Amino acid sequence: MNAIGSADNPLRVAVIGSGPSGFYAAEALLQSEHTTEVDILERLPVPYGLVRYGVAPDHARLKDVANTYAEIARDPRLSFVGNVTFGKDFTLRELADCYHAVILATGAATDRKLGIPGEDIQGSHAATSFVGWYNGHPDYRDLVFDLSGGSAIIIGQGNVAIDVCRILAKSPDELRKTDIAAHALDALAESRIREIHLIGRRGPVQSRFTSKELRELGQLSECDPSVDPNDLLLSDACKSELADVREPTRARNFDAFRSFASRQQEKPKCCRIHFFLSPREARGEHKLEELVLERTRLVGAAGRQEAVGTGQTLSIKAGLMIRSVGYSGRALEGIPFDDARGTIPNQNGRAEMTLAGKCPVYVAGWIKRGPTGIIGTNRADSLATVATLLADLPTFGSQQKPGREAFAFLLAQRATRSVSFQGWEMIDQAEKARGTPFGKPREKFTRIPEMLAASTGRP
Amino acid sequence: MPHVVTGNCSDCRFTDCVLVCPVACFHGDDHRMYIDPIACVDCAACVPACPVHAISESADLSQDQQMWVQINAYKSGNTPVIRSKQTPLAGAEERRAALGYGPS
Repeated sequence: MNAIGSADNPLRVAVIGSGPSGFYAAEALLQSEHTTEVDILERLPVPYGLVRYGVAPDHARLKDVANTYAEIARDPRLSFVGNVTFGKDFTLRELADCYHAVILATGAATDRKLGIPGEDIQGSHAATSFVGWYNGHPDYRDLVFDLSGGSAIIIGQGNVAIDVCRILAKSPDELRKTDIAAHALDALAESRIREIHLIGRRGPVQSRFTSKELRELGQLSECDPSVDPNDLLLSDACKSELADVREPTRARNFDAFRSFASRQQEKPKCCRIHFFLSPREARGEHKLEELVLERTRLVGAAGRQEAVGTGQTLSIKAGLMIRSVGYSGRALEGIPFDDARGTIPNQNGRAEMTLAGKCPVYVAGWIKRGPTGIIGTNRADSLATVATLLADLPTFGSQQKPGREAFAFLLAQRATRSVSFQGWEMIDQAEKARGTPFGKPREKFTRIPEMLAASTGRP
Repeated sequence: MPHVVTGNCSDCRFTDCVLVCPVACFHGDDHRMYIDPIACVDCAACVPACPVHAISESADLSQDQQMWVQINAYKSGNTPVIRSKQTPLAGAEERRAALGYGPS
């Protein structure tokens, strides 16, 4: 028997999920010294996860990371299998028959709840829904957002919140040449939202924006950002956090807030960045009319300040509320899950589970560590998981696994229609061709049957 | 505006940046790292990864750091892509402490 990873017995690994962490895990496996085959299995017919469906359409340059993934995918040792769902088209047990190991890189697809009364009232939505909608994700493309009111509230002050804010604030002309879904562009062109409230529990020094994204808010053609100057009066603890040389982003962001606070409001739309407010209740007769918030103050030592309520409340009237207060992974059948953290319990990427005589399971990306960091953060994370897997290799035994041929046979028996990377390249070409007449980089297919039809390359 | 590696990298070269770069835009030689401005997608993942805060968006550079824009563009064209973590240069930790970024 030859050791796993030798030329006669290639290490065969299935990666579930084709977002950044899945592709970086595949890349790390292929770059190892072992003879390796990697199959990336994806629920949708199209790859790239949040690069396609999370990154905002007006951040075209960031979407270029997909070119890096395409290069990885063209390695003959890698196979992309789209349109196959874990737990529906195949089980973990079946994967164990085909592969030496499985890496779960399924991300964090659901929103965390605010936990306040009225949270689910009509007009209140999760950011994942809104982001999925404007990016043309088939799960969200038929949602309807009421953009007819004058104002909108966004809860949360991270980069997703700021993406949502920017998409609501931009003019149709600023979005027209992006890959935004046509249905979203049409709806946003009719939007009557003029005032956007961006709500944060803590203060300007604790905000988690990337400076670049924050500054972008100051460069929109039809919207001025604003900050209440009183929110920029800092306590000693905040001053010391601001002066921390290890966190230069704080000072950069604070400069941006200061410029927003002294800015003349001249454009038709306004984005108000509020600090020290915590949502308490969403109210309305049949749909959202107002959000009640409680003013907060910070307590604790510098670097560990937490927001606590002051008892003082106020309300903001709005017909649309988008909640962006974090994400959570989804549990997968037969895999232990930490509901509180929204992740799969693991040791350095090895899932904490026992499958007697079956294949070991690893995790990478958001399902491993929770929804933190940006695209590149997942590369370091996936490299670490693959290092754990390769260190475990001697414990895998020396059994041969049949890999992709057996998996393809299994899918064929079920009449599952899978999409190869060549199939995706057909979809890709068709989307780009659809975008050309409108000056868009692509017009995405937003329904799975359309994607499947395009994957055959026949018009 | 691409990101650039500035003076703090020289004589440190921790290379934590290369692990988080989503597009392999880091190049390096025996002294330091450089960002290929064409390949960089401006995601800023490398900015917090650098232990000596050597990486900035070009827009954030001070006047005396402006030269790094050209140096990164030129040197990245003549040095190999670095994709895996390298051993930091001798004296890197001491230099990090001297810059005020030592472990607290």
